[in-house]
Amino acid sequence: MAMLEVSDIHTFYGNIEALKGVSLEVEEGEIVTLIGSNGAGKSTTLRSISGLSPPREGSIRFEGNEIGETPPQAIVQLGISQSPEGRKCFQRMTVRENLELGAYLRRDTSQIRDDLARVYDLFPRLEERERQKAGTMSGGEQQMLAIGRALMAQPRLLLLDEPSMGIAPVLVERIYETIEEINRQGTTILLVEQNANFALGVSKRGYVLETGRVALSDDSSALRDNPDVQKAYLGG
Amino acid sequence: MWDFISKYGLIALLVAFPLTYAIIDVAGGEGLSRIGNNLVAGLSNGAIWALIALGYTLVYGIIELINFAHGEVFMIGSFTAFALYSVLGLTLVTGPLGLVLGLLVVLVLSMLVSGSLNVMIERVAYRPLRGAPKLAPLITAVGVSFILQNVGILWFGSSQKGIPDLIRAQQELFNIGGVEVSRADVLAVVVTIPLVYLLTAFVNRSRLGKAMRATAQDPEAARLMGINVDTTISVTFLLGGLLAGAAGLIYALYQTNVWYFQGFTAGLIAFTAAVMGGIGNLRGAVLGGLIIGIIQQISDNRIGNEWTPAVVFAYLVLIMVFRPQGLIGEETREAG
Repeated sequence: MAMLEVSDIHTFYGNIEALKGVSLEVEEGEIVTLIGSNGAGKSTTLRSISGLSPPREGSIRFEGNEIGETPPQAIVQLGISQSPEGRKCFQRMTVRENLELGAYLRRDTSQIRDDLARVYDLFPRLEERERQKAGTMSGGEQQMLAIGRALMAQPRLLLLDEPSMGIAPVLVERIYETIEEINRQGTTILLVEQNANFALGVSKRGYVLETGRVALSDDSSALRDNPDVQKAYLGG
Repeated sequence: MWDFISKYGLIALLVAFPLTYAIIDVAGGEGLSRIGNNLVAGLSNGAIWALIALGYTLVYGIIELINFAHGEVFMIGSFTAFALYSVLGLTLVTGPLGLVLGLLVVLVLSMLVSGSLNVMIERVAYRPLRGAPKLAPLITAVGVSFILQNVGILWFGSSQKGIPDLIRAQQELFNIGGVEVSRADVLAVVVTIPLVYLLTAFVNRSRLGKAMRATAQDPEAARLMGINVDTTISVTFLLGGLLAGAAGLIYALYQTNVWYFQGFTAGLIAFTAAVMGGIGNLRGAVLGGLIIGIIQQISDNRIGNEWTPAVVFAYLVLIMVFRPQGLIGEETREAG
């Protein structure tokens, strides 16, 4: 049994069907990539898993439990957290406050302190900026903060929505190294990217979404060698 | 630079108002006691506006809705307080100890009634419209306000109702160089300061307070943190209602009358206070309330009370023109 099993979900925004039957699986310990162009339904898939946009049909099972109708806060409690599209850091709060909010549902104070140290270890920049308001930081720093904040929930499955969006290439490389490190430390990751180069580089398997459906799924290396994928998503 | 000038320029302009009269008094050989009396009465009136204004600002801060029914929540607080007088047997001859204890009970109960009323209003009239265009809950808010006014009429009739002056509100308690401080003044301050302190401590330091601030800044991100946004919004309405209930009791003791329409006027003034200070900002609401209290008092006493609303709103217009975000409001809100 896979850790996350999404089967044939249909998710709507009003009357618009954004997902027209998406199915995918994530095994424990993997990094899985979801690629696709704008509007393909990548973010909607993550929003459905997190409970922000629950699917109208189909099922989502996490570690065997159906979570398709579970409210977002309960999903965080079960062990899924997300670094959302557009980062969504709390702009008028400090870096430290943002990270503490990531651990909102936890009561294990000493463990939280350890995790804070771990996040600072992964992203030393965040420790330097601990008292700075999130809104005053660069896009890359806010991306680090969003990932760090999601880690503070102690997730077993981490959802990352476009971690390279709007960030300088040098920094993207560093963020991807950190993503691999987070995975090595034991967190399963489902990654969404429009810019697929890095994502397919770190992941084991990948899915290609097109207009709300899974068009293709394969090992990441095979996807990288696939001429259609190269043409559409790898700039070549 | 412009920000600095507009902020401190406006504050200077506000200070100029009492200062001018102080200078006139001194020049006329009257001394400072008259302006001192104006300020004391203004501050204690303003404390009531501040308590109500906090309710507007809390709710606006979190769901960007002007809760037009908030003035009526305050009115129901006053009515509850008055009704409890007779339930608890509080009369003009009640001894001091019994009176203090009795009023404490009344305070707690009217806060709870207003608080839970506000929570219920959100459940029934605003929550079902959370996804609707912003105008829809605004209209239901006006509707709830009318409904509550009619509840008020059914409860104590449609004319102003005099109620016992339990604390002998206008009796002078002490006198500093000709400035009289009445019992009502002390009461307003003694109730308001701890409540405002507790509220800010709660919002800034408690877990739920953090959830409130997070929800105010980005409700969706808050949900991703595991925050139950519905509960958080209910808590916000509860806090606003609690403060309105406290204001209701102070008003009843201070004015020694209650009226179904009192919430409309008080609500309008308190809303103005919240906007003046910077809606969504707690300190702004308190500041706005106190400023309006003082302006009203000076205008009543020096210019004539028929001019008071005009003076208050002239100041509001001036502030809005130069600082649309209010005296200490945020420049802009982040896109949700």
